[in-house]
Amino acid sequence: MSILKPTSALVLLMCVALAGHAAAQNNPQTPHLGTPMSKTEVAKWDLTVFPDGRGLPPGHGTAKDGRAIYLQKCASCHGDEGQGATAEDLVSGPHPPTADNPSKAIGSYWPYATTIFDFIRRTMPPAAPGSLSSDEIYALTAYLLAANKIIAESDEINALSLPKIKMPNRDGFIPIDAKK
Amino acid sequence: MAGKFSDCDLTPIAGGGLLDRRLLLKSGVVFVAAASSPTCFAHAGTGDPQQDANWADPPWLHQTGGPFSGYGTPSKYEKYVVRNIGGNRAPAGDGVSWTPLEYLEGIVTPSGLHFERHHNGVPDIDPKQHRLVIHGRVRQALMFTVENLLRYPMRSQFLFIECGGNSNAGWHEEPIQRPVGSFHGLVSCSEWTGVPLSVLLDEAGVDPSASWVIAEGADANLLNVSLPLSKLMDDAIVALYQNGERLRPENGYPVRLVVPGWEGITNVKWLRRLHVTDQPAMTRNETAKYTELLPSGKARMFTFVMDAKSLITSPSPGQTLKGPNIYEIHGLAWSGRGKIAKVDVSADGGKSWAEALLDGPVMTRCFTRFRMPWKWNGEPAVLKSRATDETGYVQPERDVLIKERGRNGYFHYNAIASWAVDEDGEVRHVYS
Repeated sequence: MSILKPTSALVLLMCVALAGHAAAQNNPQTPHLGTPMSKTEVAKWDLTVFPDGRGLPPGHGTAKDGRAIYLQKCASCHGDEGQGATAEDLVSGPHPPTADNPSKAIGSYWPYATTIFDFIRRTMPPAAPGSLSSDEIYALTAYLLAANKIIAESDEINALSLPKIKMPNRDGFIPIDAKK
Repeated sequence: MAGKFSDCDLTPIAGGGLLDRRLLLKSGVVFVAAASSPTCFAHAGTGDPQQDANWADPPWLHQTGGPFSGYGTPSKYEKYVVRNIGGNRAPAGDGVSWTPLEYLEGIVTPSGLHFERHHNGVPDIDPKQHRLVIHGRVRQALMFTVENLLRYPMRSQFLFIECGGNSNAGWHEEPIQRPVGSFHGLVSCSEWTGVPLSVLLDEAGVDPSASWVIAEGADANLLNVSLPLSKLMDDAIVALYQNGERLRPENGYPVRLVVPGWEGITNVKWLRRLHVTDQPAMTRNETAKYTELLPSGKARMFTFVMDAKSLITSPSPGQTLKGPNIYEIHGLAWSGRGKIAKVDVSADGGKSWAEALLDGPVMTRCFTRFRMPWKWNGEPAVLKSRATDETGYVQPERDVLIKERGRNGYFHYNAIASWAVDEDGEVRHVYS
């Protein structure tokens, strides 16, 4: 056999190695059956709201507007004043929980105000999730923050003001199995 | 009813009459099961010749049996083996159903008895209309049809899934008196089969700046949780099958995220979106819920791993021992950190312990069935089981757990459970 043979094999191996490097970008050994999505398509799916406000939509509302919506769509389960009924209580003092008062309602337990908007948008009211407009959700968020004495009745809640609110229990959590 | 033992075989090796687990490996040994209402164990004969003749010649020997069936169902005589549906508040879709652990054997939970925790009901998803999207900090956002996911190479694993809120009545001041499944049954174990999530994430091309993934389900809760990317790359499965068949609707049909050993809420059902990102979204289910308030006023967060736990499922509360005899104590152990290394059993309230037999194979993050032979002499006894996992973690006594966590944590209760047997053989839950 020619001495060239192993050399050719070596060149081939190098080519395979280079291909292998490219595979870190696009592994040819898996099926690749996903359809690429454009940013416009992704935007239709992306409902994540982050604590820094990323993902919040345009819109605004105040506690006054929110109170009317709350009484119409929320009070039957959460109580007229957010004290809880068939569904959980939402209103407590704006103080972190203690051993004597271990409340987990919004004002005492929830670390981020953005979570209120996000959760209402995902699933409230349970019989008709997705039926509220962004303005209505901002207004309900404002109402719940005001009822917990975290903002004033007249404060407007929108994509800029909501993430700036520091909840009383922001620093009340100890991450265990993951860092924040 | 005891088999071919000589008396010396039955010498207890720990208090309360616990016997050597190796007895269970001997042939010809018969152990009695505790009786669960409404089952009853008939005696072999009544002494009435007429009656006994009927049993020798039952009617089903003389007639053609029933027809074939497209999909089998349990015997009509086992109708009482059902999930106990928890008292739902409004709305009806927000609640739980419990696996009846007291009626089950082995380690696999039948799919129709797998516990449920729904936040807004079970969606009716047409798999042709369902899509899984991966986007965010990736080279290319991708959308997958279910049909295409089914074309991927798959992996199978037997894994338990336990709700973070399982056993939470253990925090109560008084021991709750319910069948073990209706207290501890928000845990089940299945063979899950699907696509390793790392394959799909690699195809999308995860950006080095990414560290979290927000998983979202397609229910009317759009339930979402944030999970560390490292865990998902390590062993998460995009599950399509459960116990050999496609997922049940109440377990995430057509696509469910399975995160081995991590609390139930992270195993997002009806999976529709994975948002690759650099921080958690601080969703309702990782802040307001599934966090544990400590006596200090601070709360534990991102408590993903389900720590080692065990339960004696027989005898267990509500069951009755039919008189002094040789019994088999058996139950389940599991750990979110790996394999169960051993289970110790006590029949004297924890004064002395003996190591139980483990049914093999013992698999990581999976139910393990333990068994212990027991000679009950008819005197009051307190039964306990204590799991140790392969990391060396030992299941804590209740007072130790409460000293560390207080009683307002609600989630992640994994203390040793104690069952008291009285002179009449009745079994009750006690704090001991």
